[in-house]
Amino acid sequence: MLMDTILFYLFAALVLGGGILTITRRNAVHSAIFLILSLLGVAGLYLLQSAEFLFAVQIVLYVGGIMVLFLFVIMLVNLDQAAKEKQFNRQWTVALACAGLVGAEIFYFLAKGAGAFQLAKGTAEANTGMGNTERLADALFSQYLLPFEIASLLLLVAVVGSVVMAKKRI
Amino acid sequence: MYASLVPTSAEMIRFLPELILTVVATLFMVLDPLLGRQSRHVYGHFSILALLGAMAAAVYVYRDPGAAFSGMLMVDGFATFFRVVVIGVGILTVLPSYRYLDREDAETGEYHALLLFSIVGQCVMVTANELIMIFIGLEISSIASYVLAGYLRDDRRANEAALKYFLLGSFATAFFLYGVALIYGMTGSTNLATVRRAILGGSLGSAPIFIGVAAALMFVGLGFKVSGAPFQIWAPDVYQGAPTPVAAFLSAGPKAAAFAIFLRIFLTAFQPIGPGWEPLVWVSALASMTLGNFAALTQSNIKRLLAYSSIAHAGYVLVALAARSNVGTAAAMFYMAAYAFMNIGAFAVVSHLSGKGERYLKVEDFAGLGAKQPGTAALLSIFLLSLIGVPLTGGFFGKFYIFKAALDSHLVWLTVLGLLNSAVAAYYYLRILVMMYMREPGEAASRIQPLTPGLRAALVLPALGTLVLGIFPGWVLDFAGRSSVFVR
Amino acid sequence: MPTSYAETYFPVLLQAVIAMAVAAGMLGASYLLGKRVRNRVKDMPYECGIEPTGSARERFSVKFYLVGMLFILFDIEAIFLYPWAVVYRELKMFAFLEMLVFIVLILSGFFYIWKKGALDWGETGERRFRKP
Repeated sequence: MLMDTILFYLFAALVLGGGILTITRRNAVHSAIFLILSLLGVAGLYLLQSAEFLFAVQIVLYVGGIMVLFLFVIMLVNLDQAAKEKQFNRQWTVALACAGLVGAEIFYFLAKGAGAFQLAKGTAEANTGMGNTERLADALFSQYLLPFEIASLLLLVAVVGSVVMAKKRI
Repeated sequence: MYASLVPTSAEMIRFLPELILTVVATLFMVLDPLLGRQSRHVYGHFSILALLGAMAAAVYVYRDPGAAFSGMLMVDGFATFFRVVVIGVGILTVLPSYRYLDREDAETGEYHALLLFSIVGQCVMVTANELIMIFIGLEISSIASYVLAGYLRDDRRANEAALKYFLLGSFATAFFLYGVALIYGMTGSTNLATVRRAILGGSLGSAPIFIGVAAALMFVGLGFKVSGAPFQIWAPDVYQGAPTPVAAFLSAGPKAAAFAIFLRIFLTAFQPIGPGWEPLVWVSALASMTLGNFAALTQSNIKRLLAYSSIAHAGYVLVALAARSNVGTAAAMFYMAAYAFMNIGAFAVVSHLSGKGERYLKVEDFAGLGAKQPGTAALLSIFLLSLIGVPLTGGFFGKFYIFKAALDSHLVWLTVLGLLNSAVAAYYYLRILVMMYMREPGEAASRIQPLTPGLRAALVLPALGTLVLGIFPGWVLDFAGRSSVFVR
Repeated sequence: MPTSYAETYFPVLLQAVIAMAVAAGMLGASYLLGKRVRNRVKDMPYECGIEPTGSARERFSVKFYLVGMLFILFDIEAIFLYPWAVVYRELKMFAFLEMLVFIVLILSGFFYIWKKGALDWGETGERRFRKP
């Protein structure tokens, strides 16, 4: 139990520290690297919650895939220009309001404790002998067969779309 | 043990329209790099064939309605009605696209593939009976629409349209998905009927207030997709920048599908908390009508004008939703069908008149169209009169049934304000009519090209549809009335 | 048999710690033991011995973006194989056919980008883009 607690704070520190560094670094590439750190922390938290599949998704898709794209996009923009620009712009009041709202939400849930949002029966059980991935796979390949197949169509549309949008003249 | 999982052939057949379109669209995609430029019209022909096939299949599978794929899909009258509407919108979009793509010298293969994919997504949306399925359908339809909006890549406006549509659209989808997650957490299911039972039975895990939060989040997401106020800001820019046939498509197809899921979700799953969300829809409906109509008054660009008018029309359909009754649902269904006809027809005329590079888009450019091309002008008059809501057109009965449903549900003020709005709207539509018939031909009308067969069909079919719905509304309304009962 | 969840993943944790220790050790050792010469020439970026010219911060071709985008899409496809592999033994042929349909659809997308030349970087690819 103690081990879990220590690990939780370790990963939470990674998430928060990475997040803060992401938004404060001037160099966009550094920001992206710190975002990887933050996302790795989230992956660790998933593992602590016995969600192995989400852990794998987090590592493979977010840390691996999305960050590659992120870095590529950063390479596409003019970095020297971006570094010279002000880090705070006029929208900071709106951002502050949003952050305040999220903060109030968090404090509400902290104050109410675990009873604030109870999950319905059947969604909250974990560790029922079967692993998280097996349970997910069971649902995905039997009950959710059609959404799974249709998801390939979604990917297909995205493939065509990205080629159409990125190529000058096809 | 798993033998029961294999979908039966009856279930597969209920998915037939989507299957046809998927196969053809995938074939287009694979064939596009292999076929040369000389076969650029083949895609259009086969699109129409596939869409006709899918429409026939949609009607055919209604002979044996029911659920499919573990309750993911529900083939009922409502789904069939909207399937036919979105597929019909597809056909009416392909017809003017022949000429448009030739004129702008754009590639045809991907255009038609994306169009068909988008329609598959909409078909999935309107048939889905389950939130995950709805979400995936919504995403397929949206992503294809984003790309279609920016299909002319060398055009700065098209790029801007695609970017705005994409950013705001994915933001809205995130809201919707947040709502879905809350619903699943509280009810343990994403099936609409089960969610409804959980809300009614009080077997929620958490405080009912969170159901309200989830409904509000989904309202934001769907409100964006139907371009209802206050989430309408994207519509004018996107409609203006997108290729005109695509703008026509966006204003009819994705919108009809979004309204279908709006009705289905809010009148099944969220029906028990109806009194809670009714004020939200009430305000949104009034704001959409007022904002849309008054902003349209000052527009000089015809595409922006039609975009604002499309926002106003979304407001009318939201009035039907606010009525929260079967009559209201039937009225909304009828209105979406009538609106698809008249709006696509109007956009087709705009596409025809605008010329290469869409140069003539001012309202003044319609000057003298009545003298130069009387047929086109007459058809546009039908569409505009129907958009105003003049008797003998589909638009009249659409508005009539919506406001009747609203009165039945005691929404007196909303009805009064809606009627006043319709009167305001008449002004800007009539301005175009006056321009066409009472002014000397300008540059645009003098340079107008003769109609091609595709364009002729694209103008005559919607006009026929508008008139049929206006003169014999009974049959369609009957079907809509019978299909509007979700909760059995 | 490990009793708690943390114990199950203790080896993974151990491995992570060892990996970090090795990395820190290598850097630390070379910092302590290595000789440091600092001057202008030594601090210059190494470009095959040629004097560096211009800034390294150039804008990349949009092709990189396309490759990144396509990578993500196929990455998402691959992640679906992971839960599939877990239940493949139970569901047998049914799961196989399901995945076959999924993969074939994605594969047609791959065929499209391949034939479209989206993965070509050289001259030939460019030429294939401009259809006559």
